[in-house]
Amino acid sequence: MRSKTAPWILMAPFLVLFLGTVVVPIIMAVGYSFTTVERSGLLGEDGVKSVFAGFENYAAALSNANFIASIGRMILFGVVQVTVMIVAATVLALLLESASAKWPGFFRSTYFLPYGIPGVIATILWSFLYIPGLSPIVDTLGIIGIDVDFLAPGVVLWSIANIVTWTYTGYNMLIIIAQLKAIPGELYEAARIDGAGTFRVVKDIQLPLIRPALMLTIIFSIIGTLQLFAEPRLLQTMSAGITSEYTPNMSAYAYAFQYNEIGMAAAQAVIIAVSAFVLSAVALGISQWMEKRR
Amino acid sequence: MSTTTSPRPAQKPAKRRTPAEDGRSGSRSAGRNPAVTIIVTAILAIVAIYFLVPVYWVIVNATKSTDALFGTNGFWFGGGFQLFENLGNVLTANGGIFPRWALNSLIYSGLGSALATYFAVAAGYALAKYDFRGKKLVYAMVLGGVLVPGTATALPLFFLFSSVGLTNSYWSVLIPSLVSPFGLFLSSIYANAAVPDEVLEAGRIDGVGEIALFHRIALPQLVPAIVTVLLFQFVGIWNNYFLPLVMLADEKLYPITLGLDNWRAQTDRLPEFYQLTVGGALLSVIPLAILILVLQRFWRGGLTEGSVKG
Repeated sequence: MRSKTAPWILMAPFLVLFLGTVVVPIIMAVGYSFTTVERSGLLGEDGVKSVFAGFENYAAALSNANFIASIGRMILFGVVQVTVMIVAATVLALLLESASAKWPGFFRSTYFLPYGIPGVIATILWSFLYIPGLSPIVDTLGIIGIDVDFLAPGVVLWSIANIVTWTYTGYNMLIIIAQLKAIPGELYEAARIDGAGTFRVVKDIQLPLIRPALMLTIIFSIIGTLQLFAEPRLLQTMSAGITSEYTPNMSAYAYAFQYNEIGMAAAQAVIIAVSAFVLSAVALGISQWMEKRR
Repeated sequence: MSTTTSPRPAQKPAKRRTPAEDGRSGSRSAGRNPAVTIIVTAILAIVAIYFLVPVYWVIVNATKSTDALFGTNGFWFGGGFQLFENLGNVLTANGGIFPRWALNSLIYSGLGSALATYFAVAAGYALAKYDFRGKKLVYAMVLGGVLVPGTATALPLFFLFSSVGLTNSYWSVLIPSLVSPFGLFLSSIYANAAVPDEVLEAGRIDGVGEIALFHRIALPQLVPAIVTVLLFQFVGIWNNYFLPLVMLADEKLYPITLGLDNWRAQTDRLPEFYQLTVGGALLSVIPLAILILVLQRFWRGGLTEGSVKG
């Protein structure tokens, strides 16, 4: 009765595009990562050819001090920024849903607004608030005797963290609010009959039940952190602290388009992708392990 | 607005809720202490200032001359009001390149998200409503694709496109934008719940073809999922920076993000580009802000879907 070809016809456009723009490029990237370009002749004037290089590119990438430093930087960034952002998003969601604030609709829209502003534009906006001479924040703090340089080498990582937090907190908050709304009203009724206070309700009902949403937001944030590119790249011209290999993705970009070392760039891209996989899997594993222990 | 889609309250409670009954205010805030209300509202207001400061700054400073931009307090108007002159300059600079960038962004995002949504919904519906060999493989493959960073595929994609001469063209940005694995997942979850098998069977008995079943019976049921996928894909393409940066060399093909970045990069040597960048930033923030605020309930609906199942 049911046609065998119908599902494939319906899926065909998606699958063709998915294969062409995701699967094939991934296979190509893996392929590149195992090859190296050999130049014959002193200056490569006798032509170039690709040869199999085994794990040479991976070894080079993983022993590259700048690349390792960029990974370390992203781990530090992720631990601090993702934590701050998820805690902030959770607190804001709980406050908005507690129904003890006025104008929750206005606040929710305001917090979500930055999500619609592209990372590039957000960085340009914030850079105006970072640049000495242009920034009223730097000016105001200067008047009361506090000299801050948001673009100083040691500070700029947290200035980037601020931009990312500003952009995505409201988005994560909405995911959490959606899950809070899915909690059945009877649970609140039961808690109230048992005489549970606000904090008991938060701790014993709301936080455990929004755990799937928290996992989702944390995994997305980890993947996002590994992909960090636009914000530091734009601030690069303003801050001496940002090198062209500041984040893993900037490094892969620099090797591909500035240094012309495709094998190295591909190896770095594969390492980034595998790390995203592993970190997501670890996050999911921890979540399931905690579920079992409950 | 909230009554326009077909009522199915049992499946989608969060969507039907009107702002007035938000957050179970009726049942839970009864007898709430007014002091608590004031404190919580004050905290939320301070947080709101943080989220609005950059937007406020750009609105205020788009009205200033380049001298006043550096000479007056950035938090208040000063040095004359020349907003319209500035915006005029933004629109006419470099022979009207800014409107061109805006149009490009609209083409990439509008066309890209419309087609991507259609393809993703068709595939998601097929995965939800048919049993066939290889179904699990398709799911696993697409899930893997979601987790791979877009930037990891952009580099090989560049080499792939350059081997067929597609780089530095509209196609080079448009084609990769037509794929939405997230949209496929969302619409397959939604189709599972919203399109009853019996209705499809009834259609088959009436002699409706399989493809027509999708277009005539399933699509109308999937409207809420379609709107959400469309919005996410639109904003995703609009915000994209890495892909056009890698693919495009010709300034005329740039989307707004890349174009504004180009202007900002010139502020080092030519200070008048500051005013162009500020004005351009204002013009590009406004339409998206309106889109976000007006269509807010759709964002929430889609997120409910994804997160509850996730």
